[in-house]
Amino acid sequence: MSEVILQASNLVKTYTQAAGRFGFATSQIKALDDVSIALKAGTTLAVVGESGSGKSTLARCLLQLQPFDSGKVLFQGQDLAKLHGDDLRSMRKHLQMVFQDPFASLNPRMKIGEIVGEGLLIHGLGSKAEQQEKVHRMLQRVGLEVADTQKYPHQFSGGQRQRIGIARALVLEPKVVVCDEPVSALDVSVQAQILLLLKDLQREMNLSYVFISHDLRVVRHIADEIVVMNKGKIVEHGAVADVYNAPQQTYTQQLLSAIPGRKAA
Amino acid sequence: MTEILNITNLTITPKSAPNRLLVNNVSLTLSAGKTTCIVGESGSGKSLTALSIMGLLSSQLQAQGSIKFQGNEITKLDNKALQSIRGAKIGMIFQEPMTSLNPVLTVGYQIGETLTAHLGLKGAALKEKISALLTQVGIPVERANSYPDELSGGQRQRVMIAMSIACEPLLLIADEPTTALDVTVQAQILQLLDALKTRMNMAMLFITHDFGVVADIADDVIVMFRGEIVETGTKQQILSKPKHPYTKALLACVPDAEGKKQLKPIDYAWLKEDKAAA
Ligand SMILES: Nc1ncnc2c1ncn2[C@@H]1O[C@H](COP(=O)(O)OP(=O)(O)OP(=O)(O)O)[C@@H](O)[C@H]1O
Ligand SMILES: Nc1ncnc2c1ncn2[C@@H]1O[C@H](COP(=O)(O)OP(=O)(O)OP(=O)(O)O)[C@@H](O)[C@H]1O
Ligand SMILES: [Mg+2]
Ligand SMILES: [Mg+2]
Repeated sequence: MSEVILQASNLVKTYTQAAGRFGFATSQIKALDDVSIALKAGTTLAVVGESGSGKSTLARCLLQLQPFDSGKVLFQGQDLAKLHGDDLRSMRKHLQMVFQDPFASLNPRMKIGEIVGEGLLIHGLGSKAEQQEKVHRMLQRVGLEVADTQKYPHQFSGGQRQRIGIARALVLEPKVVVCDEPVSALDVSVQAQILLLLKDLQREMNLSYVFISHDLRVVRHIADEIVVMNKGKIVEHGAVADVYNAPQQTYTQQLLSAIPGRKAA
Repeated sequence: MTEILNITNLTITPKSAPNRLLVNNVSLTLSAGKTTCIVGESGSGKSLTALSIMGLLSSQLQAQGSIKFQGNEITKLDNKALQSIRGAKIGMIFQEPMTSLNPVLTVGYQIGETLTAHLGLKGAALKEKISALLTQVGIPVERANSYPDELSGGQRQRVMIAMSIACEPLLLIADEPTTALDVTVQAQILQLLDALKTRMNMAMLFITHDFGVVADIADDVIVMFRGEIVETGTKQQILSKPKHPYTKALLACVPDAEGKKQLKPIDYAWLKEDKAAA
């Protein structure tokens, strides 16, 4: 039994939607409704669930990128909300995120070499030459080229941008990576390459992943445990094989039976 | 069958490096009432091909070749003429929703803009149509008041889908339209698009990485690799009797839902030998 590296307890997050010119009323959106998860070191916890069920909100709250109403998040036993300034900054190196929308998360005015190397620079990891070497190696591992360091985000395809976001997170050799739909824009070959890379790094560095994905085939291959979210709540949780073989909740059963291509196969 | 779009020998290169063929001599035909899926390598030119139909290529790039929409050459049209086609006759769902949604306008306003511009809808009729479109894509109507960054990734994608079908176009170009959607919502959206295709006899160009989706919705399939079309055929031909080594290799990478198959990317060295032998 491995130790829990990241633990979230009873997270609640409510958004308020203002009324607008179309006269629809103000509404409250409970994006997280008493959500608790525990991520074990060196393992992968998949989060699946309906569009709008609160997965990305959970991801941002886990990494303190967004405030929540109540609950707490412990990383290696430390309450992240109680850290400030330098302590929080040095903790950030261990906690990385791959964002759902690659284009919006890449600064359009920075070259790829700068984007991927920025974290190494901020945290002062290694000499300039070592940093450059790390950036080059990581870009190659995600299937991009050294020459790409000189280009800007808009000069890449959607799938290439997604891989830039992955390289940026992994180059820091973090302890926990929260991946929000990290392979959704990749062809199945590059997707396999990235999933194998994530698994290799997990073995090499005992990395832990929270892996948000709508693709249940991908989840089956990468995850140890799985939580299923619906309308801000966790409705099912278990070892991945158990949930796939014997889903308890109707919603989970619906998800598994809606995997596309099954009706044609 | 009525041909809606004909692309002949489309080639796209960066202006600064005219020898780099991002899209290389691509020709394809789209017909009314048919769904054509483009699959292929990441970076193989799928999105650039789609953008060039809309006349929306980046100014750093240049395109050569002919694109005919309902028999009329559209590569030479000025922006104003293109704008009246875009949205009304050709709808597009972009791969990255945030690149085409305006962050400072509510999504209801943005859907409404299209409807007013092309169909002249106003007032109560406009509000009703906006509500109907949002409901069709599974978003609560009160979310019309939301700004794009107040929506989840999949909700934004569905707003784009609502905008693209608002005017019931003759041709719908969908670039990875369901990548951010869970399978239950995806199934709902695919059904919606399929029904629209049948009812309006719409032509659909659908770019996807998901062979499950291809199996569900495609009539024809185009396979792209390094800027070129390497194979075209009916869905049955491509899925069960692929000919080109790249298509075969790509299909071999499709993950299974049981987790039994080993994950294995394409070995390009092998691909080259196989190609030489073929
Ligand atoms: N403005 C640009 N300048 C230079 N190269 C570009 C530019 N835009 C795209 N490219 C390159 O053109 C190639 C084709 O890009 P495109 O976006 O069409 O790929 P794609 O097939 O849609 O890939 P994906 O599946 O990853 O979205 C890519 O290698 C990309 O890096
Ligand atoms: N800033 C915000 N203001 C108001 N509502 C928001 C905001 N951000 C998210 N929401 C709402 O909270 C809910 C959860 O959003 P979230 O992005 O966490 O969903 P998700 O599970 O990641 O969905 P997807 O699979 O579509 O990406 C959605 O209904 C969304 O519209
Ligand atoms: Mg999300
Ligand atoms: Mg693309």
